[in-house]
Amino acid sequence: MSDLGDLYQEVILEHKRHPRNHRPMPDASRDVDGHNPLCGDHIHLHVKLKGDTIEDVSFEGAGCAISTASASMMTERVKGMQRAEARTLFTAVHRLLTGNDAGSDPATLGKLAIFAGIRNYPSRVKCASLSWHTLNAALQDDGESVVTTE
Amino acid sequence: MSAIAKTTLTAATPTWDVGRVRQDFPILGELVHGVPVAYLDSAASAQKPRQVIEAVDRLYRHNYGNVHRGVHALSERATAAYEGARDSLRRFINAGSRQEIVFVRGATEGINLVAQSFGRRFRPGEQVVLSMMEHHANIVPWQLLREQTGIELKVIPINQAGELDLEAYQRLLGERTRMVAVTQVSNALGTINPVRRMIELAHAENIPVLVDGAQAVPHLRVDVQALDCDFFVFSGHKMFGPTGIGVLYAKERWLEEMPPYQGGGDMIRTVSFERTTFNDLPYKFEAGTPHIAGAVGLGAAAEYLEALDMDCAGRYEHELLEYGSARLQEIPGLRLIGTAREKASVLSFVIDDVHPHDLGTILDRKGIAVRAGHHCAMPLMQFYGVPATARASLAFYNTREEIDRLCAALTWAQEVLA
Repeated sequence: MSDLGDLYQEVILEHKRHPRNHRPMPDASRDVDGHNPLCGDHIHLHVKLKGDTIEDVSFEGAGCAISTASASMMTERVKGMQRAEARTLFTAVHRLLTGNDAGSDPATLGKLAIFAGIRNYPSRVKCASLSWHTLNAALQDDGESVVTTE
Repeated sequence: MSAIAKTTLTAATPTWDVGRVRQDFPILGELVHGVPVAYLDSAASAQKPRQVIEAVDRLYRHNYGNVHRGVHALSERATAAYEGARDSLRRFINAGSRQEIVFVRGATEGINLVAQSFGRRFRPGEQVVLSMMEHHANIVPWQLLREQTGIELKVIPINQAGELDLEAYQRLLGERTRMVAVTQVSNALGTINPVRRMIELAHAENIPVLVDGAQAVPHLRVDVQALDCDFFVFSGHKMFGPTGIGVLYAKERWLEEMPPYQGGGDMIRTVSFERTTFNDLPYKFEAGTPHIAGAVGLGAAAEYLEALDMDCAGRYEHELLEYGSARLQEIPGLRLIGTAREKASVLSFVIDDVHPHDLGTILDRKGIAVRAGHHCAMPLMQFYGVPATARASLAFYNTREEIDRLCAALTWAQEVLA
């Protein structure tokens, strides 16, 4: 795939083709809209909380391959997590995407580490971070209903 | 040039020497990811010929001081260069007088100026008519005015090809209409609107018209007197000039009536704490030290375009557009967005299962620069039911070979993402 392999890795493309948890959630406890004003993409994120546990999470909306794969992999990963755990993961992913991850433990990220390649494409960082910002907002106590990457 | 010489040239339909024109644009020789750049993003911002770069360079090296102030030589030279640029721009759009040429930051500031100054006297319930294909720059300033004055905004609908519905337009014009503000060429679709006819219709009802000419001036010869528009705005950077500079043309009678937009130095005649009197036109609207080098560069861009023969450039661009449209439509799953009969050289499109943002990145790896996004026209994207499009916008320095590279790279993108 020539020199784009660091961005469009097979795992990412597979999630783009078959996004996980891409569905509505009528009984969600939190619904948050995330916008990327740069490209006009938006994501609707649904979270079902039971106490502090993320019992279910899903998303809707059409985005680019990176934002779709990122949302898909995020939902897979955070389902069943405690709120605090997911927020720690958000911080780790954010650091990874912005190249600010010196000293962080690769085990925290697991499969998500494949998004490291995006640093070489500064204009695409927000594609990958959109779903995470949206999740982070959904997990706040006073969860805002709309967030943007700006 | 005499009228006879000009006629002869036009009649001979000279062919376009694109190779020679490309020599004027140093950046077209740049390598991107190891290959020569194919710059297909001129509608976002056009590249600069050396004539513009050198004019700015010359000003700063030899002729720079503040304008309208100093008695010293450098200030006088800078003033002469700045005011000379105003003369070039007057000629470029054939305005009746140099007083009607106001330097602003760009089309956006020009529209904000008109909305905030001319629009300030609009009353609640009065209407401003816009179109569905406006850039946000010709929507949001009117929404801000709506907040302030209680006006209403009416929107001219479009058809699937991306052409304005002129019958609906006529029905929108009424006793409460105070203003029509419409783009001459759509940045997202390329549609060329029949602004001359639209102005006639509005004027029949005594309604003034603002034309957003940002995308028109790089492609079409504009004559504001022939159009009879009341206001015409454009940006320097889209017509091969610098960023941060543009022009508001307005009929003198409106500029006389309008209150200043911003206060400051240069726009005044006398100031005391009790009372200030304002400067003559156009300086009443040019508060503060202007973007002198920008204006000088823009003047050079206008002169460059005049020397090129815009009609010949336009014919060449049209051929490129036809070629590009045909080639793109050979690609399975590709849909052109904007297929108006009258079109400038903009190719906006979507491809099944390939998001424009991914296309933008993948094409970039092949050295091809396109825009991916909503093109600051979100209502229009909504009309077409797409979040974004990819847009290849062509200028007279582009070539068929670059379009061939685009098509090959699109096919590659489909393979990458399939």
